[in-house]
Amino acid sequence: MTDIIAKKVTELKSSGIRKFFDIVSEMDDAISLGVGEPDFDTPWHIRDEGIYSLEKGRTFYTSNAGLKELRNEISKYVENSQGVKYDPVNEVLITVGGSEAIDLACRALLNPGDEVIVPEPSYVSYVPCTVMAGGTPVIINLKEENEFRLQPDELENAITDKTKILVLPYPNNPTGAIMEEEDLKRIVDLIIDNDIYVISDEIYSELSYKEKHTSIVSLPGMRERTIYINGFSKAYAMTGWRLGYACAPKVICEQMTKLHQFCIMCAPTTSQYAAIEALRHGQRDVVEMREAYNERRRFLMNEFKEMGLKCFEPYGAFYVFPSIKEFGMTSDEFCTRLLKEKQVAVVPGTAFGDCGEGFVRISYAYSIDNLKTALERIKEFIEELR
Amino acid sequence: MDKKEKRIRILKAIEHEARVDISELAIRLDMEQTDILNEMNEMEKEGIICGYLTLVDWDKTDEQTVTALIEVRCTPQRGQGFDVVAERIYKFAEVNSVYLISGGFDLLITIEGRTLKEISRFVTEKLSAQEAVLSCATHFILRRYKDHGTILAKKYEDERQLITP
Repeated sequence: MTDIIAKKVTELKSSGIRKFFDIVSEMDDAISLGVGEPDFDTPWHIRDEGIYSLEKGRTFYTSNAGLKELRNEISKYVENSQGVKYDPVNEVLITVGGSEAIDLACRALLNPGDEVIVPEPSYVSYVPCTVMAGGTPVIINLKEENEFRLQPDELENAITDKTKILVLPYPNNPTGAIMEEEDLKRIVDLIIDNDIYVISDEIYSELSYKEKHTSIVSLPGMRERTIYINGFSKAYAMTGWRLGYACAPKVICEQMTKLHQFCIMCAPTTSQYAAIEALRHGQRDVVEMREAYNERRRFLMNEFKEMGLKCFEPYGAFYVFPSIKEFGMTSDEFCTRLLKEKQVAVVPGTAFGDCGEGFVRISYAYSIDNLKTALERIKEFIEELR
Repeated sequence: MDKKEKRIRILKAIEHEARVDISELAIRLDMEQTDILNEMNEMEKEGIICGYLTLVDWDKTDEQTVTALIEVRCTPQRGQGFDVVAERIYKFAEVNSVYLISGGFDLLITIEGRTLKEISRFVTEKLSAQEAVLSCATHFILRRYKDHGTILAKKYEDERQLITP
């Protein structure tokens, strides 16, 4: 008998985070700093619009690409924030989270053997999406000394004549790294000269603590070769609504919409109505949440400094990525022991790529009080190790 | 960061967290500790910071308290509007707050007492007896769901998965 499951799928490595989740879920009294989503509830006025849409009986499919009103709002938002225009009719697609957009982008662009450059550590889905779309992932191991920003020479070394896509995951999960305008400018020529397309995953763009986030689409020559991905999960604390979007030139967006039509039909209608409210009236919430995250970020960085735990200062998302190399154990060991001995859950850096070895991801999507208790325990733990 | 912005940041932070440790606040707001203390002192003197209060849910204690919200209609006085009558009312120790409002009534008062009787005595004997007071409507507060931006009815619970990518 032949194998039940397709070889491509069995060969796909399951996410390293899954294994850790299983250990944590057995511990009742663990404090977690391991969550990759906001601790805030979705602002009530946004939830209220979702509820209202249900009351009004708006329980049908929308058009494949999503509600026109919402696509209009998205087009306006991208224009206001990045100065780049997308035609809401042909160049904006509403997806089930940013994740779906990543998958669609890979499947729309890749032919067998095409290479996709994935800088790591980064979110867990770029490599599997590449593989399932028939592409070959080429990993760049980002370096702490560069604050995990992608360097031109690193990119240059990864480029071959098969390179089709560069994934640009900034602000970054799990490192919290950002790419500023200057950093982006330094890689643009390489991208254009080598005719590479960019999947720019900017789901954390609203959580940038230095200057305003700059998207690579805003740089000359990049709009026509970039798939801009964003969504509502992080900026508006809407993870469970599963709503994201992609903006791309018509030729690409059309094909992504075709795929989306066959596998999804359309993104959840309720969520789409709520998202219109988020874009129209949610800016204050975004600012408030960003300020709260920023306070926690500064607090955390200071605590690490006092503990003598080495950590570059991240300016994006809601993660810090301290180095645990001084303790002479693997990230996995460190996290497992921290969990068993002090009941604090953090995520091993290796869950986000092999070069995450020697680091752990700590999320600050938690209240200050929660962070304090957890940090107290981490401090005890590392003092015992030293 | 200019003085104005500094002050707003401090006020926003301590408005709901009066007991925050100042050295911790300095880190969180990216400011100097002495700066915060100086600004707070100045704002106290200027009457911008009027006090540091504790939000108590008395219903959860054995202490008996009754709170009422009273709308008052009164005649303004020549040259002084409602200031004089407001002052005559807010001087009573049991009166918690007095606001001048628009609409069908002129003043809105909240008052705390131990019993209904105590409050009704205040309304009939003290408040209505004021010459300028024409009429009032007393509403007893049955339950406080939210006060000073804080939800009292329900506690926050973290319902997220323990680990997510």
